[in-house]
Formats: sequence, C-alpha cells, structure tokens
Amino acid sequence: MVENRPFLTFLSHLVLIAGVFVVAFPVYLAFIASTHGPTDFLSGLIPLLPGPHMIENYSTMLTEGVSTGGAPPLGTMMWNSLIMALTIAIGKIAISILSAFAIVYFRFPFRQTVFWAIFITLMLPVEVRILPTFEVVANLKMLNSYAGLTIPLIASATATFLFRQFFLTVPDELMEAARVDGAGALKFFRDILLPLSLTNIAALFVILFIYGWNQYLWPLLITTDADYYTIVMGIKRLADVTDAEPKWNLVMSATVLAMLPPVLVVIFMQRLFVKGLVETEK
Amino acid sequence: MAGIEIKNVRKTYAGGVEAIKGIDLTIPDGKLVVLVGPSGCGKSTLLRMIAGLETITDGTIEIGDKVVNKLEPAERDIAMVFQNYALYPHMSVRGNLAYGLKNRGTPKVEIAERIEEAARILEITPFLDRKPRQLSGGQRQRVAMGRAIVRQPKAFLFDEPLSNLDAKLRGHMRVEIRRLQRTFKTTAVYVTHDQLEAMTLADKLVVMNAGRIEQMGKPLDVYANPQSLFVAAFMGSPGMNLIAVGELQALGVGLPDAIPASTGTLGLRPEDVTLEAPAEPHIVIDASLDAVELVGSESLVYARAQGIEKDIVVRTPGIHPGEPGDALTLHVAHSALHCFEQTTGRKVEIQRAA
Ligand SMILES: Nc1ncnc2c1ncn2[C@@H]1O[C@H](COP(=O)(O)OP(=O)(O)O)[C@@H](O)[C@H]1O
Ligand SMILES: [Mg+2]
Repeated sequence: MVENRPFLTFLSHLVLIAGVFVVAFPVYLAFIASTHGPTDFLSGLIPLLPGPHMIENYSTMLTEGVSTGGAPPLGTMMWNSLIMALTIAIGKIAISILSAFAIVYFRFPFRQTVFWAIFITLMLPVEVRILPTFEVVANLKMLNSYAGLTIPLIASATATFLFRQFFLTVPDELMEAARVDGAGALKFFRDILLPLSLTNIAALFVILFIYGWNQYLWPLLITTDADYYTIVMGIKRLADVTDAEPKWNLVMSATVLAMLPPVLVVIFMQRLFVKGLVETEK
Repeated sequence: MAGIEIKNVRKTYAGGVEAIKGIDLTIPDGKLVVLVGPSGCGKSTLLRMIAGLETITDGTIEIGDKVVNKLEPAERDIAMVFQNYALYPHMSVRGNLAYGLKNRGTPKVEIAERIEEAARILEITPFLDRKPRQLSGGQRQRVAMGRAIVRQPKAFLFDEPLSNLDAKLRGHMRVEIRRLQRTFKTTAVYVTHDQLEAMTLADKLVVMNAGRIEQMGKPLDVYANPQSLFVAAFMGSPGMNLIAVGELQALGVGLPDAIPASTGTLGLRPEDVTLEAPAEPHIVIDASLDAVELVGSESLVYARAQGIEKDIVVRTPGIHPGEPGDALTLHVAHSALHCFEQTTGRKVEIQRAA
C-alpha cells in the first residue's frame, strides 16, 4: 500500500505493538522471575523488575538441578533435548528427501500408491498413534533410550510432500543434462538436487528442530530414567512438587534456558535461508 | 568422430502415442544434419533416442558403427544442447563446463586447458566465475555450447537451441554454430521448427512430418524440388503458392499439355511468379492487386484471381508502386511449375518434350 494517512499508520502500529506486547510480556515475566530469590513470590505478586539472583539461579539449574522435583541438572536435559531435536530434524529430512527423490525420479510399480501412503501419514500426528507406538517401542526394549525418543517420531515422512513439490519444479532437462554429463541417479542427487534444495532444507530444519525440541507427551511416556529426560517435560516435573511451593525462580530460569536453542536456530537459520532466497532466482 | 546410422527406428510412448513411425537415416561423419518439421512431428523424440534419453521401441541406432540402443547417454559419448540450456544453476560457468569432464575422470590440468580453450573460442572467458543467472540469454546459450564443446564428443545434438533468443541474436548464433561445427568437424544433429534456420545450417536437411521422413537432401535441392505438398508448403517463407488445377482451368488459364493428367495441385514459388512476361513458354494468370508488403529490398505482392481461394504471393525486387484494385498479369514459366498428384500429394514430373 502506498497510502499516506497518519491515522492509519498510527493505528496499525498500535495493533502491532499490542500484538508484540501480548506475545512478549509473558516471556519477559519469565525472565524477570528467573532473576529473583525463592522467597520473592510468596506474596503472590510477581515483581516487574529484575532481581539480583540471576547468575545464582541459572548456575544452580545448570549444574545441580532440583532434587525434590526428581529432575537432573538442566545441562543433561538440554543435551537430551538437543540430541532428540537434531536426530528428528536430520532424520526426517534425510528420509523425506530420499523418498521424494525416489517418487519423482524413478519409475517403479505402485509409485502413486507409495506417494499416497506417505501423504496419509501427514494426517496422523504422533498423538493419534501414540498407544500402539508405545507398545511397539516397549516390546523392542527401546524405553529410556535415544532410539526410543527419536525413531518413532522420525518415522513419518511428512516433509516428503514438500520435497516432491520442489523436485517437480526442477526442469527435467537438468536431470537429462546430468545424465549426458555422466552423472548417475545418486550423483545427480548429490551434485545437483541437494544443492538446489538447500533453502528448503534449511526452512524444514528450523520447523522440525522446533517440533522435536517441543515434544512433550512422547518423552513423558517413554522415559522413566532421569538420564533421558528432555527439558520440555523436565519443566513439568520441576513445577510438580508435592507439599511445597514450586521454586518459581528456578522453574522460570529453566523455561528461559529451554527457549534459547529454538530461538538460536531460528536466528541462525534465518540468515541462511534469506541468503538462499536471494541467491536462487525463480 | 563418427557417423550415426538410424535403421528402421520406431517409438511408441507409454501412453500409446506412436511418435516415430519407422525412420531410416544416415548422418554422415562430420556433417551437420538438420531435422525440421512442424511442432509435434517427432523431431525431439528422434533426437532424444539418439541421445539415449528415450528408449528405442524398435530398430537400431549406431554411433560410429556401434549399436547404442542399450547404452546410457554418458556411454554414447554425445553432447546435447537443450532449448532452455539446462545449465546447473548453483554451479559457476566453469563448474558447468567442468562437470561432465570431472565425471569422466579427466585429469584436472586437462579440464582447465579445455575450459580455457572453449571459453576463448566462445568468448565467455570473462564470465567463467559467474553463475548462470548472472548471464544474459545469449551468454547462457554460449555456455550451453561450451559445455558441449569441452567434452569433445563424437556428436553434438541440438534441440532447438536458439528458439529462446531474440531474432537478431538468433541470426548471429546461427552463423556461430555453423562456424564452430565446421571448425571441429564434429557430427551434429540439429532439431528446429524454423525452416530458415534449417536451410542455412544444414549439410543435409531432413523434413519430418507426423513421425516419418517426408524428404531429405541438400537444403537447396529440397527447396528447389519439393517431393510432396507438405514439403512444398513447409519450406520457404512465404511458402509456395499451391493452387488447385481445377481452379486455374475454370479461370481459363492455358496450362501446358505436358502437365500429367493425375495432377491435382500446381505449386508456384513466389519468386517464380513474375509481373513481366518471361522469354520462355509460360502460363498467364489475370489477377488484381490485393495488398503489398514492402520489405525494403523486395516487395511481396498479394494478388487475387477470380475463383482462386487464396491470394497468390508474388515476390518482386524493389518497391512495387501498385495500389489495391490495380489489374495485374502474373506469369510463370512452364519450367518453374511444380505438379502434385491429386490423390497422394506426391510430386509428379512434367513430361518434357522429347
Ligand atoms: N514423454 C512423452 N509421452 C507421451 N507422448 C509424448 C512424449 N513426448 C512427446 N510425446 C508425443 O510425441 C509426439 C512427438 O513429440 P516431439 O518429438 O516432442 O515433437 P517435436 O519435437 O517435433 O515438436 C507428440 O505427439 C507428443 O505429444
Ligand atoms: Mg521438440
């Protein structure tokens, strides 16, 4: 819009600022809470300005954890979450891009059927198949293991659809030129398709990393060993103390720490795919 | 260096479309053969079978005396230039040129040498480190050519390589391609739907129609001696005037006795129709001027004759001064008449007086 009406400008800014406030204020509160001592909340009022206990709170959480909550130090949980999120993101991308490659570039019987079978998994979120999946994972003795945490969540090629759509926009002549140039199927995939998909991969990585990081129900179900707790479910355990007030200052410092990696991934990857968008001309 | 031998080749696509209905063709070593024909006649299909990008339903294709039906494109040692260039977008020009050689395990030093050489010939040296999207259409076209040249293949295959360029650049690149092919003396098959491109490039011209070869030969022979109505209409711009014999007779045009009785259509090249009477025996058609197109060096006069459906196009040098409605007398020498059979559309020879 090239309109120049001061009132409209004012109004739209007001709406935007209100929106940012609604989203950012709770985050701000969480941060403030994580800088106070344990007794500052007993009054029921949450202070609005930072307190002096920030370093103390964070180092407690990172190194010792909260024994009453049965939660290990945050470091372990963050590490577990990181492994889980990375494995899921990388695993899903690897499976999706390979299956999309097969579906688009190879002719085999029931190709369409395979595609639709994969497509249908789009409509089945983890929660729907969680009980049978738990059964399978338990029988395979994968409870309390990284494999159990990640494999069931990898095993749906949801991103296949996206890669398929992208591959369909790549001109056939590119593959033919590569064939004439002596590149077999896998070489074509590695040398041409993969570099061309980089932007898509980066975008998907962000989405899937956050998806993996934010998993709550599944880790809660299959981990009983504190060594395999992830941070998102860990926070729940921290807040879940019997016969006492939760140590909100510590819970909130855990929350802030749990938010950091997704934020970092977004910030870092954003650069990469903005770069990708500028570089590939469509 | 190798010729290409195509023997009784057919192609039926999976959907049941019979794109090539039996083609025999010899592409001599070192020559540039142009496949020309209207869109959908199967030119690309034939080229892609030579390249190995389509399977051959029936028949054999030999490159340099070796049957290649079962070989992968890379094993056929050919290079192809695509209409949309198909450059690898994420690689620099250098990377594009090097890719095929790298895959063949050519030593690094030699790759660099060949790229230098090709870039020099094609005048793309300043762009070697750019990405394809930073190049103009003409420059991309050159890179696509370069990718073929560096490979030093047995044959070049071109699929309408110039159709994405503007007219001027197309004319320029046409000359360039001719020059390069002459320099390297590499066998080349060139597909186009543009008859001018075909005429100017070809050592041997192959006119295709609906999956078959309609006529082949030296370009000027094909032009001067079209063997069927299809070729007569397709080659030349403007194309040959094709007039039903019946219409001419109804108009009272005195046709020579030598015209065979089976003739259904007479063909007159626009440049063979003259406004002044020639010395040799000729036919005379009375007409009136419909329109004039001034091209500059010559004029195209559209003449309307009573009872004849289409305007007769006359190509005459200089600027024609006539106005619409002016009476015209058209003359065509007997020797310039092309006769086509009523039933088959094939050419029938005029019986020359013994
Ligand atoms: N992959 C394909 N599958 C089915 N039919 C095809 C395919 N490619 C081309 N055809 C058909 O084969 C015929 C010849 O096509 P093509 O060789 O591309 O013609 P040209 O290059 O002369 O324009 C056309 O009728 C076209 O529709
Ligand atoms: Mg074509």
